[in-house]
Amino acid sequence: MIAIVDYGMGNTKSVQNAFENLGYQTIITDDHQTLREASHIILPGVGSFQAAIEEIERRQLKQLLIELAENKPFLGICLGMQLLFTEGTEGGKTAGLDLIPGTIDRIQTDYLLPHIGWNQLNVTDNLKSFQSFDQEFVYFVHTFQAYTSKRYIVATTEYQTDITAIVNKEHIYGIQFHPEKSGKVGTKIIQAFLKEVEK
Amino acid sequence: MIAKRIIPCLDVKEGRVVKGTNFVSLRELGYPVEMAKSYSKSGADEIVFLDISATNEGRETMMDIVEQTAKEVRVPFTVGGGVRTIDDMTRLLQAGADKVGVNSAAVTNPELITQGATRFGSQCIVVAIDAKKVGDKWHVMTHGGSKDTGIDAIKWAKEAENRGAGEILLTSVDTDGVKEGFDTPLTKAVVDTVRIPVIASGGVGAPEHFADVFSETNVSAGLAASIFHENTFTIKDVKTVCKNKGVHIRET
Repeated sequence: MIAIVDYGMGNTKSVQNAFENLGYQTIITDDHQTLREASHIILPGVGSFQAAIEEIERRQLKQLLIELAENKPFLGICLGMQLLFTEGTEGGKTAGLDLIPGTIDRIQTDYLLPHIGWNQLNVTDNLKSFQSFDQEFVYFVHTFQAYTSKRYIVATTEYQTDITAIVNKEHIYGIQFHPEKSGKVGTKIIQAFLKEVEK
Repeated sequence: MIAKRIIPCLDVKEGRVVKGTNFVSLRELGYPVEMAKSYSKSGADEIVFLDISATNEGRETMMDIVEQTAKEVRVPFTVGGGVRTIDDMTRLLQAGADKVGVNSAAVTNPELITQGATRFGSQCIVVAIDAKKVGDKWHVMTHGGSKDTGIDAIKWAKEAENRGAGEILLTSVDTDGVKEGFDTPLTKAVVDTVRIPVIASGGVGAPEHFADVFSETNVSAGLAASIFHENTFTIKDVKTVCKNKGVHIRET
């Protein structure tokens, strides 16, 4: 069973639909036991970093998520991806889950913000399952981005500056865009995550 | 590079897609979920639903449509029409809408934009502005384009941005239904004033009209209804023309 973490921030249903359309059983939950028993942990979310951490702490999920990330395949999507990092600045400096070293800060660009729309991936890493996504379009909606070491970056997208689009550290993955809203390509990216963590 | 977006709009009345010309004389066209699905498959970058139901039953039906669309459609979609309160926004977003559009209610109560953006994030809040040329200015029109508020549309767009709107959906009441192209001067005036993405709407009669507005202004997206619904042109036709004219679009 794939667990989608429910912490009151945004569109969990679309994420669930995306996995279920691939034939996986999923549950949207904030129940500690259910999360412990899950095969994969998916952390979705839209909204602000600080509000998200507050909601996670209110449900006493922070320590649990950090523990679960030690041995379970873990995928953060959009705000959920940002929460994987050390800290965020949106709404005031706030500590994240610190599963991947890095900071979440406003995108440094003269282009319009939020960065909304379909943008192309530049795959910079040689993770086998992700290479075929180079130059594919995926759907982004965000104003803040992850600043992290190149060693964790799988793909970026160009918006006058390079925006971190996919990150990976061991069995932990983060996707800044919305694979569940990115048409066929998005579905294939979810499959690529599931395939990589099977290894 | 980010792509210019092509967005079909579905006006939904009592559960069926309809299309008005110049905001009046509605005709029935089809089932919303099926149409949204078919558009997303043929390359639509997003879908917009505008609920123009007059009854409570119609609005309840819209909630089912939103839920079903979230299940079956793999591109983002916005729902607008009759969104008056934070509760309305909550229900639509919980049903699976990615963004909500606010129009008349935001003009009456601009705090709705601020509260919505604070609560759900700017990316969820699309402020729809219907504008009509009056003298040398554009006025904000409400109630389906029939009521002149006297408010300067350009200033209102800026205020919407300042209050936290994530996007502006800008419809020209003057060009809507006329099919001779987008209202370029209006679009340019708003795009050059705000620092958030603008979606141009109203006036498309041919694929070239999209290419024109993208080359003449820095608008982020173009929206149309009838040319797609009547199968006059497909999304693919529009994208082919745009591509040939050097507009960066998402090919599917």
